[in-house]
Amino acid sequence: MNTRSASARRSARAPGASPSVPDTVAIRAARGEDLPQIVALDAAITGVAKRTHWKRLIERTSRPRDPEGCFLIAETPQERGTALLGFIEGEIRAWEFGSAPCGWVHVLGVHPEARLHGLGQRLLDALASEFKRAGVTRMRTMVLRDDRVVMQFFRAAGMMAGPYLELEKELE
Amino acid sequence: MKLQVSSQLAIYAVLELLAHRDRPVTVGEIGAKYGVSNHHLAKVMHVLGRAGLVNSTRGAGGGYQFNGNVRRITLLDVIDLFEQLGPPAADPADPGAATAQGRALLQVLREIDDIARSTLGSITLATMEKLVEQQGAAPAAAAIRNALAGG
Repeated sequence: MNTRSASARRSARAPGASPSVPDTVAIRAARGEDLPQIVALDAAITGVAKRTHWKRLIERTSRPRDPEGCFLIAETPQERGTALLGFIEGEIRAWEFGSAPCGWVHVLGVHPEARLHGLGQRLLDALASEFKRAGVTRMRTMVLRDDRVVMQFFRAAGMMAGPYLELEKELE
Repeated sequence: MKLQVSSQLAIYAVLELLAHRDRPVTVGEIGAKYGVSNHHLAKVMHVLGRAGLVNSTRGAGGGYQFNGNVRRITLLDVIDLFEQLGPPAADPADPGAATAQGRALLQVLREIDDIARSTLGSITLATMEKLVEQQGAAPAAAAIRNALAGG
């Protein structure tokens, strides 16, 4: 949960004044060779490098046996290779908390220089398309309730409060 | 929860100004739509003007126009101009204030207020416009569906 909220808090923005993503930006499934750029971008956003975490996530979401996971990246061509602009990862979960199958958005990150151009929205739309293609009709995420910027981003994307309330306690 | 009338009117007024961005809107127009007195509405508009959220022009063709960033200003920003929604402070005059029961009740009430503030702070005016549009379209869509189903 920390990964999700911390990364999203620093990356998402409510739609800004210039809402168009350049045509050169492509969104595709994350692959093993993207790992160094993903780790670097996440570390730049959150301040913590989590190589093992991202490696496992890429491996898990690219397994044919595990079609419920989805890890997408946004990239733009450069003189040599491509530059990573953002990523989004989510998963279809079913019957936990009594919930029918539903797509969860776990993490969304956008490069600081690429923000306020609608890239976060485009990544979210791409993930939603994957969820729909897999047959689910509902998407969920979790946000720190005092994180107004991220809350505003997801609200602007049409997300409303769902039927669940997160509960927790300190374990003594 | 229930908002104070002034907060509600301020939100309605701002949404009306946004719905008519191309021209100034008069207090009379807004008052007629929501069935409130021009006097009460004028006070609300004065507060909105003082906060810099609306501009007014006098004379024939005058009225109010919205002045701000709809993608940044939230419902909470508007409401905060008229009432304090924050968690209640412990009131020593409350008969249970010094008791564990009183403190427990205050803890629950603060949780509710936190969630309310968070929700209102997450809805920008731009998002609110989308919600209004959906609500406006919903009855029409339902009528079309009913007509098609019946016809």
